[in-house]
Amino acid sequence: MSSALTFDPIRLPEACQVLRQEVRAFLAEEIAMGTFDPTGASIGNDDNARAFAKRVAAKGWIGMTWPKKYGGRERSFLERYVVTEECRIANAPVSVFFTADRQSGPTIIKYGSEKIKQSILPRIVQGELHFCIGMSEPGSGSDLFAAKTKATKTDGGYLINGTKIWTSNAHKADYMIGLFRTSASTKENRRHGLTSFLVDMKTAGISCNPIGQMSGLREFNEVVFQDAFIPDDHVLGEIDGAWKQATTELAYERSGPERFLETYYVLTELVRAVGPDPDTRSAEGIGRLVAQLHTLRRMSVSVAGMLEAGKEPVVESSIVKDLGTVWEQELPAKVRSLAAFIEPVPGNQPPLARRLAFATKVAPKLTIQGGTTEVLRGIIARGLGLR
Amino acid sequence: MKDTDSLIAEAAERLLGDLCDPQTVNNAKDDKWNDRLWQALAENGLIHASIPEELGGSGAGLSDGFELMRLAGRFAVPVPLAETMLAGWLLAKGGLAVPQGRMSIAPVQPTDTIALKDDGTLAGRARAVSFAREALHFAVFVMAPSGPRVALVAAGDCRLEEDENLAGEPLDDLVFEGTRPLATAALPAGLDQRSFLLMGCVVRSLQIAGALEDMLTRSVAYAQQRVAFEKKISKFQAVQHNLARLAGETSAALAAAGSAADALASGTADADAVFLEAAAAKIRCAEAASTGVAIAHQVHGAIGYTTEYVLHRFSLRALGWRDDFGNESYWAVELGKMLARRGADDLWPLVASR
Repeated sequence: MSSALTFDPIRLPEACQVLRQEVRAFLAEEIAMGTFDPTGASIGNDDNARAFAKRVAAKGWIGMTWPKKYGGRERSFLERYVVTEECRIANAPVSVFFTADRQSGPTIIKYGSEKIKQSILPRIVQGELHFCIGMSEPGSGSDLFAAKTKATKTDGGYLINGTKIWTSNAHKADYMIGLFRTSASTKENRRHGLTSFLVDMKTAGISCNPIGQMSGLREFNEVVFQDAFIPDDHVLGEIDGAWKQATTELAYERSGPERFLETYYVLTELVRAVGPDPDTRSAEGIGRLVAQLHTLRRMSVSVAGMLEAGKEPVVESSIVKDLGTVWEQELPAKVRSLAAFIEPVPGNQPPLARRLAFATKVAPKLTIQGGTTEVLRGIIARGLGLR
Repeated sequence: MKDTDSLIAEAAERLLGDLCDPQTVNNAKDDKWNDRLWQALAENGLIHASIPEELGGSGAGLSDGFELMRLAGRFAVPVPLAETMLAGWLLAKGGLAVPQGRMSIAPVQPTDTIALKDDGTLAGRARAVSFAREALHFAVFVMAPSGPRVALVAAGDCRLEEDENLAGEPLDDLVFEGTRPLATAALPAGLDQRSFLLMGCVVRSLQIAGALEDMLTRSVAYAQQRVAFEKKISKFQAVQHNLARLAGETSAALAAAGSAADALASGTADADAVFLEAAAAKIRCAEAASTGVAIAHQVHGAIGYTTEYVLHRFSLRALGWRDDFGNESYWAVELGKMLARRGADDLWPLVASR
């Protein structure tokens, strides 16, 4: 039947809960050392984040599902799930390794040459390499396959010319995995002609221009390529055929706990602010929000379990991201409403108000990054057999 | 749709497909289908699937019983299969043998209590009991001076005030005045009125999830067939996005109800974690019913609003089920109070406990 949807009631195995306690203890130590602010209220500094990545790596928690021959631990996706969600909840500075761990590494494992795998993957696992993703361009965002930035064949490699935009943390990244045009699209297949490349960000001819964000964070960049040379062995996968390479990885990218936990801290602060004996209105509001959160987490764990079992829950994972990002986007507004009648006791409401202000500014991006709501609903509709 | 690994559920799906086709039932001029359906369910051991054989059931696990409840929702089963299953479950918890025939359970509203008095009679009013007037027996959760017990009551021994739910199914008040039960039995420690109600919540959640599965399939099929402005309405992006949202709500209901059912069937020890599972299922499934029903009707347009078309069999039942065993507002308040009592720093550990 076209509308078959499956969410098996997956439970995290005991090993995961043991790991969870280890991760919590580790993060508590890091917080005690002052590595990061667990309320997420201050942004933290880059040196700390780099040093933190190396200590996470020392625990074996970066690339932990990858093959041992590249430095991985061959642990399960459910174990990785636990590390990811505990880091999110603690507001740990994962940006150095998160992109590589979630998608760049798996892409290299699947499509990289053996030489690239051996040189790059162990360094990711050691927490040394920060990755960014070069997809959007000034003229193409959601419409990925309209990308124009060119990779022109030259002796021993390619010359890249053009501009990527909204590239998060490109200014800090060591490598980018970017999508560049190696041929024109064809009449029969407008997705044809793009190739995935591994790009060393230190390559001559690459410059990053910062783009201010209304949240006050500094992530976005415009990345300009002027005759930047990429060697042949940095091609990832099939020339002109990058469009074939995107399906399963997207399921991982879309369904993780980071897709509904980005504003979670306002819910914690609300519970703190209402205290142990809430009025009916607050109690109902909190009860509904946690019921929704619990359901999202069960859906997300379910998708992780299905992926671990070798299934490809493409539609289910898009549904998790759609529901999850809409939820985390609405969360600050709902918390704001529920907090409206809380008496401002010193040391009580101020943290909530500060966190709420930040979450409110972040909220608009949540349903845009990594695939907009509209794109996701299109994918779900296709899965239902409507397109 | 997750078509199940369970033989019992497979048999039930075949049987319901044959004898409980919603359009056939909807078109029927008389009630002959009703007894035929009940008889067939009974003959196939589907009425008390999860009850131990020595108490009169089929001896399958609780998870099979839950699977049947999702199917009951998917077929909008118009006989008291869920109510009889719940009644049998409660009786079996007290070690009482399960009588033949249709049953229902009471009380189903969180603020109703039925007392078992020292003289051995029952007193109290149970409001809004599903299918009460069709039941031969009731399994009643009663408060005795010694603690909670289950009482088996013959239908003729209590008074009935008729009403109906949104779908026109019986939803009657039961009045117990000097009612002498056929039998009573003590319930296991920990089976208080709240956990009894939560069991009902999980059953209704599964029924809602099943009904949403049908509404999604039906709405997708309708959109692929109906032509407007010279194309199939499934080609309009606005319609596609509405259906994508319906798929999201259906998924949320399936995941929440399925997870809660699994939590009850596998008997997790942590009471707060079980409470979170069951209450969250009822809250989220009720929300999914509200949102999902609106979308399914919107996609169908006027035809979905007619009596001859079967969408209402699913939509009105799903909406009605929101109210049984405590509605989503009630459980949200209860859940919110529990979470506030545990405190902010214990919220995540509870959510992540399983």
